[in-house]
Amino acid sequence: MSMSGAPERRSAALGLALQALLVAAVLGGLFWVVQHALEVLRGRGVRSGFDFLAQSAGFEISEGWLDYDSGQPFWRAFLAGFINTVRAALPAALLAVVLGTLLGIGRLAPHALVRGLCAVYVQTVRNVPLLVQMLMLYFALTQLLPDSAEAIRLAPGVFLSKGGLSLPWPLREAGAFWPHGFEWPEQGGFNIVGGAALSPEYLAVVGALALYTAAFVAEIVRAGIASVAPGQKLAAQALGLEPGAQLRLVVLPQALRLIVPALTNQLLSLTKNSSLAVAVGYPELVSVANTSLNSTGRAFECIAIVMAVYLLLSLAISAGMNLYNARVALRGWR
Amino acid sequence: MSAALPPPPAEPWARRWGRELFGTPWRALASLVLLLLIVWAAAHALDWGVLRAVFQPDAEACRMPGRGACWGVIAEKWRPLLFGRYPYEAQWRPAVAVVLLSAVTLLSAWPRSWRWWLAPLWLVALGAFVVLMFGGVAGLAAVPTNRWGGLPLTIGLAVIGLALAFPLALLLALGRRSRWPAARALCATYIELVRGVPLISVLFMVSFLLPLLWPAGWQPDVLVRVLAGLSLFVAAYMAEIVRGGLQAVPRGQVDAAMALGFGRWPVQRDIVLPQALRLVVPALTNTVVGTLKDTSLVTVVGLFELTGALGLALGGDPTWRPFYLEGYLFIAAVYWVMCFGLSRYSTWLERRLAAA
Repeated sequence: MSMSGAPERRSAALGLALQALLVAAVLGGLFWVVQHALEVLRGRGVRSGFDFLAQSAGFEISEGWLDYDSGQPFWRAFLAGFINTVRAALPAALLAVVLGTLLGIGRLAPHALVRGLCAVYVQTVRNVPLLVQMLMLYFALTQLLPDSAEAIRLAPGVFLSKGGLSLPWPLREAGAFWPHGFEWPEQGGFNIVGGAALSPEYLAVVGALALYTAAFVAEIVRAGIASVAPGQKLAAQALGLEPGAQLRLVVLPQALRLIVPALTNQLLSLTKNSSLAVAVGYPELVSVANTSLNSTGRAFECIAIVMAVYLLLSLAISAGMNLYNARVALRGWR
Repeated sequence: MSAALPPPPAEPWARRWGRELFGTPWRALASLVLLLLIVWAAAHALDWGVLRAVFQPDAEACRMPGRGACWGVIAEKWRPLLFGRYPYEAQWRPAVAVVLLSAVTLLSAWPRSWRWWLAPLWLVALGAFVVLMFGGVAGLAAVPTNRWGGLPLTIGLAVIGLALAFPLALLLALGRRSRWPAARALCATYIELVRGVPLISVLFMVSFLLPLLWPAGWQPDVLVRVLAGLSLFVAAYMAEIVRGGLQAVPRGQVDAAMALGFGRWPVQRDIVLPQALRLVVPALTNTVVGTLKDTSLVTVVGLFELTGALGLALGGDPTWRPFYLEGYLFIAAVYWVMCFGLSRYSTWLERRLAAA
């Protein structure tokens, strides 16, 4: 297209040169900062490097799925912390999506009181910081509930007290997949005996994450459903579809196109927000990193591990949701 | 042509609500159940929060069996709750500073005041905020930043953090749409990296890592480091919103300006940005709400803003420590008023801009 020769080429060359300069400045700056940091650290006699991961950690982790004790190396502690992050984020995400969907549909319900109650919930929860809600829930769970000697019996075998929530737990023989029975928690003299126990820290983290994120999910679901043209629902009615089938076959498939990308963002922030658990002492990744940082002084390494893990987790969630999105997206669109 | 019929008479509100709540048997049943639930919950809340509550700052009365909420804890502790460890006799200064920033915020919320003088006005207001808080001039006693706390710190962190983040976000957004692939790649990498990590890890970085890098004795204040971390973090999210606005400006606008002889930068400055920024103000308001809530996280690295001030005021005082719940409800209400107000504003503005 270009008819002028030399000036055009000269400006392209100038652009290239400036870009090279920009990249060189950024990379050079980063290199200088890292170099300087290493020098300062060496000057202070601070040891650096990831070799500490093989050393014995020396601190306990109060709960989790991984078999861990204080004699094991740091990398096991980080792994236990990461698994605890997943252990909190996964149930919280499921609860948030279910509760949020119900609230979102409720905000469009044909009944004014249902709409009003759902709106009050969303507007209350959305406008208070998650950390405040988590701390408040933790205080309520650990201070306002009765002692475990006189736990509240929510249902047969389900007890709630300052000590946490006790649930029946399936008993399995070694190697068998199907449980042959349940171990039921019972009220003992001083505390609850048997079954599985969920700590108040865990309950506060999962509860606050789920309740908070549900309010945002509700807004997304509401916007998604409201975006479907009203004619679509009328047409489905005219075809004689039942109300449930109208929602399932006509409205939701169209609404999901809007809902899924926004929902991905919410799940990403839920995962990142699980790091707030450090404030109530639930031993997830950030909490383990914080303890390790204080005991080894390797700030750079510990923070780098946390950031790298969250980046990978974010990428994994994005990739998974993109696959799902490709299924619900309009054909021919990206 | 026949004359248009007059509109049907408006249904009286009592009849409309009667139909809404009790129009069909199922509807009536649902309404009854829900109304019972609401009345039950409201009665309990009223009983606990008002009828059996203690309003005087009297811990003895609060501890008596059968008492409800102890609002006395607020009556006793509202100064440390709102101002943290700021020297007691000088607390009028943070109060004035907060009122000043709120007034300028309210003024800039009004689209009619979106003029050139808004930027210098903000600079003056921020300068006054810092002078009032720091002191050390004009006969005001100097107050070191480690004594700052409570609501002024929350609002100061949010406002200054956002003010610093905005120019960076603008640069990042323009950079991500640049003609230069290198600039696009750099900006995209920064934005995606920052959006992939939690704010807490950024705060840990600025509070544990940065001090190691500076020569001792030439250490920036922890507040400055946290502000830097906060604004670097917020800028990445803001940049994506601004980019959305830039993309929404029709290509024809740029072509038309070019045809009129505008250069590449003047097109961005005079044609694209003013339109893009107007479009994204509602979304930016949501970022403001998010940042305001996110400031609560700085309590994890030892700054006593509103959330941290609560722990400071009650945690160290065995007399009032049992009444944390009332304290949490109080600060939750403070956050709620600010965030709900901002989000209502955002909706209002969106409607107004859509109508214009």
